[in-house]
Amino acid sequence: MNILVCISRVPDTASRIIVASGGKTIDNTGIKFVVNPYDEIAIEEGLRLREKNGGTVTCVVLGTEVSKDILRTALAMGVDKAVIIKTADDNYDSYFTAENLANYAKTLNPDIILLGKQSVDYDSLQMPSTLGELLNMPSVSVVTKLTIEGTNVTAEREVEGGKEVISSTLPCIISAQKGLNDPRYPKLPDIMKAKSKPIEEVAAIEVAARVEIVGLEMPSKKRIGKLVTDSEVDIAEIVKLLHEEAKVI
Amino acid sequence: MNKILVFLEANNDSLKRTSYEVITAAKRLTAGENVVGVAINASAEQLAFAGEFGLSNVINIKSDLLNDYSSTLAANAVNEVIGEVKPDLVLFSGNARGLELAPRVATKIAAAYVSDCIDFEYDGAELIVKKPIYAGKAISKMKLLTGTKVLTLRPNVFTAVKQDATSVSVTDKAVALNAADKKVYVSSLAKNEGKLDVLEADIIVSGGRGIKGPENYNLIEDLASLLGGAVGASRAVVDAGWRPHGEQVGQTGKTVSPTLYIACGISGAIQHLAGMSSSKFILAINKDKEAPIFKMCDYGIIGDLFTVLPQLTEKIKANK
Repeated sequence: MNILVCISRVPDTASRIIVASGGKTIDNTGIKFVVNPYDEIAIEEGLRLREKNGGTVTCVVLGTEVSKDILRTALAMGVDKAVIIKTADDNYDSYFTAENLANYAKTLNPDIILLGKQSVDYDSLQMPSTLGELLNMPSVSVVTKLTIEGTNVTAEREVEGGKEVISSTLPCIISAQKGLNDPRYPKLPDIMKAKSKPIEEVAAIEVAARVEIVGLEMPSKKRIGKLVTDSEVDIAEIVKLLHEEAKVI
Repeated sequence: MNKILVFLEANNDSLKRTSYEVITAAKRLTAGENVVGVAINASAEQLAFAGEFGLSNVINIKSDLLNDYSSTLAANAVNEVIGEVKPDLVLFSGNARGLELAPRVATKIAAAYVSDCIDFEYDGAELIVKKPIYAGKAISKMKLLTGTKVLTLRPNVFTAVKQDATSVSVTDKAVALNAADKKVYVSSLAKNEGKLDVLEADIIVSGGRGIKGPENYNLIEDLASLLGGAVGASRAVVDAGWRPHGEQVGQTGKTVSPTLYIACGISGAIQHLAGMSSSKFILAINKDKEAPIFKMCDYGIIGDLFTVLPQLTEKIKANK
């Protein structure tokens, strides 16, 4: 089985986000960058598919030189091959990423493409569908259970108010949601070995921008901030406020 | 804008609430008569509800191939309607279906696409939208650079506004679809009977580590059910296996915007705060008065949830 896993490099979810001077990017100072948490689930699923069916797991990231660090993590987890599609800077939109990933995928001709359901930076959830169109492949987003028998794909996902079972066939694109598996932690010897493994470099192709970031802002919701004790009178007061001030109950 | 196409979804006897939100949002950008709805295999009775929100024209795609929903086929069908209507903007709700279908449609028509919009500005020429990033820790303002544009709108943010009902003219459209393009389809749907999802709920009651064990979750469930709300959970609770993943609120769970969010025994890790910070009102219950959640709430009760929750539930019941 020819398995392609697309990953992205994002700030650790514990990071505090501050807008950088210039107002269009975040301040990277002190931020720890990691493999997107949902992409770890995609890597794990790729490794399990290989363990079951044989084949090769290729892991690809789009970004500048620094993005190689998360490929090392993927190699330590056990992927066979790591590829970076190298960009000159971080100034590109999601469609640029999609075109470049699709362009690379075409050279690999994978049976399955795995990704995290979303990147926890721009939270767009668009990559599986966009890649699906560019590669003329079916896609299933936000998958919590995946079964592949021969070329038949059965995927489960939660939707508003229920659970959908989706049928498809390989080649197919799957985006991973929490619950699909528990990603393995790389072992120390594997982390050491990953440091000297080769990383293939591909130059990014030019793609015209479709979306431009005009500026970033911090959310500015003012909160009432009324704190009370757990006395009966205070709890009654809160119920009254919810009813009369917030008018929510 | 000359024309806006809005994607409508049927639900039981009417349309989904999110469809009304999308209609209302479209009418902020253009006059009602320039908004056209598109639905798939809906009934005239279901589509008539769109009239209560001022939509008068709907194109109803008819195809037996779409009786089992298929994202690849739906994208082809919507694409054909776009070719006919020639909209400047196509709007979807940012629910499970919209988030999957909209980028397919956008890619087909080479349109700029932004997901999860919470606001927009249009000055007659440029469309600038706002979307939360990093699970709401920041907001990005983005300009869409192509002629036709596609957006998904975050549910619960654009409030649907009823107005003088208009009659809805429904045009059934038989779209020629190819069975070979049905490469993926929904083969079954198991409904969570009586269980409301956090993404759909107006009120969410969530539990954190302070609930101490799954056996105590009835305290959360009782309040949620009394309020007609959904049950949520912090990451700690889900990771401990006390509650299912689908209930997790936060940066690696669901980002929610209910009218009221009640956080019980949740200290307020930055990932959790990011996922619920766009709630209209937040009530926090925690015995640690230093808990970060108290810096983020509208109302806070400093106390043990095991004594506070039963009292709170009783008092709300008495107040009803």
